[in-house]
Amino acid sequence: MEEKNETKGIWKVIGASSLGTLIEWYDFYIFGSLAVVIANQFFPKTNPTAALLSTLATFAAGFIVRPFGALVFGRLGDLVGRKYTFLLTLVLMGGSTFAIGCIPSYESIGFLAPILVLILRLIQGLALGGEYGGAATYVAEHSPAHRRGFFTSWIQTTATLGLFISLGVILLTRHMLDADPVKSIEKFNDWGWRIPFLISIILVIVSIYIRLKMKESPMYTRLKSAGKTSVNPLKESFGHKANLKMVLLALFGATMGQGVVWYTGQFYAQSFIENVCKVEFDQSRTILIWAILFATPFFVVFASLSDKIGRKWIMMIGMLLAVVSYNYLFKNLYSIADDKTKTEITEKKDVKTMLTPIANTGDSIRKVVTKFFYAEGMTMIHTKTDTAYATAGKATIKPLVAVSKTLSGNDYWKMVGIVCILILYVTMVYGPIAAFLVELFPTKIRYTSMSLPYHIGNGVFGGLTPFIATLLTTIYTDNIIVGLMYPIIIASICMVIGAIYISNKIDPEVND
Amino acid sequence: MNAIKKYAGLIWIILGPLGIHYLLQTASSEIAKKPGIDTQIQWGVFITVFYPIAIGFILFGLYALEGNYDHLPESSAELDDYEAKPL
Repeated sequence: MEEKNETKGIWKVIGASSLGTLIEWYDFYIFGSLAVVIANQFFPKTNPTAALLSTLATFAAGFIVRPFGALVFGRLGDLVGRKYTFLLTLVLMGGSTFAIGCIPSYESIGFLAPILVLILRLIQGLALGGEYGGAATYVAEHSPAHRRGFFTSWIQTTATLGLFISLGVILLTRHMLDADPVKSIEKFNDWGWRIPFLISIILVIVSIYIRLKMKESPMYTRLKSAGKTSVNPLKESFGHKANLKMVLLALFGATMGQGVVWYTGQFYAQSFIENVCKVEFDQSRTILIWAILFATPFFVVFASLSDKIGRKWIMMIGMLLAVVSYNYLFKNLYSIADDKTKTEITEKKDVKTMLTPIANTGDSIRKVVTKFFYAEGMTMIHTKTDTAYATAGKATIKPLVAVSKTLSGNDYWKMVGIVCILILYVTMVYGPIAAFLVELFPTKIRYTSMSLPYHIGNGVFGGLTPFIATLLTTIYTDNIIVGLMYPIIIASICMVIGAIYISNKIDPEVND
Repeated sequence: MNAIKKYAGLIWIILGPLGIHYLLQTASSEIAKKPGIDTQIQWGVFITVFYPIAIGFILFGLYALEGNYDHLPESSAELDDYEAKPL
């Protein structure tokens, strides 16, 4: 009976908070997932200034503005309340996403187009920085102490589900614009990419309506009526040793490891499957979609378990498993799609050569498309593009080569299984972390204090994983899995710090 | 355990400057290899972001060495006691 009273109305709180947070993640990811299409529309490579704005949009939004948003909105949340702050972040995120979908291309309005996209992307990063801390704090402050992990885990599922929905919407839109698949993709690249941005506004309006009906967090309301809210949350969070030391502990002992495990398990895995294993566009995304679908319930499972045995060791074991098995799992991903380990059916090999004349030169663009078939069911399309010169003996120095593999059913599901394991590690490190962070800081500076380490850990350490990992592969070219050194080193340091310094005790009283 | 917490602080203090040195060295060699504006912005962002984090890491090590993590606060009252002692 007592528990029933404690959890009365909690599902409404979780539903309203999670839906908004999920939409924010969806909005943030569609830009990242459509980066190549957006770059062609707004940031032509031939123009150096536009290319510069493109680089800024990619890096600045995720890695500089997100932690800055955590500070701005965290401060606001501790000063004026959780409800209105994360309502504002939702409006900013939804509005800027919708606006990106409406901006005319670079061809139509010139430089104004990339500048507007950059500004809107920065607003997206700022809003995301403010959203998560508010939602996690809000749900945690409504939850009973002994089930805080379980209830906050629903907020934890939203980042992965946001990615899941963004991938699903993009794939669906890409294939439904025309009965002919090739024409459909052409239409998508031309104007169809705007649809995922525009439909976001419907979701945001629904979410705003629901959030408007919500009440302020009970703990914050009590604090406010007692006149005990913080006057300067930034100073209290980071200007006093006792709080600052906890912020640093949260960052180096939990969130930086969580960030790299999160991004390696989902973004880098997808990028590795597509760019290193050369698995074709749709399969590389549906593999991730299935894996997310199977693994997502475990956010709730591990967070619930953390209510019983503590948060610390679940997160640390997740990091340990990631550190010791990443090399093995990624090597397996590579070998599944490796054509050298397969038996080619040579009689089915199909070679087509196409020549497109270049006007007034006598030269032609030559495209040689070779389709390989393998006994294991895999097919591989090898496309080599070069210039066939009219002058005898002259040849292209470096022809363009593109490889695209379509996996057999068996290999496809093996990859789903491996990515599912990678996401299980994510559920271990990420499921209990909201409850852990909430319990680390007092109510009056909670929004500010927990948002910053979260967004530095997740946004900076995690968000940079695909870039740094790819960068390492360009420096050490003979090792295909050298990119994993970055997440392995960061997660190892974080795990050691977490194991030594973090307490496994569950704070029974966050109402302080 | 508290002794391990303290002496491990030395490792974190050393790792901070080592990290900054590695970052600056890699940045300068990569910019020299590909001296485009894209490379400069990319490494500029890495340095801007990781430099303060490395300083935070040194500070974390310093706090650990001073024994500030020997006992973690269990209530806000303990934090309030500290608030009288700003940095």
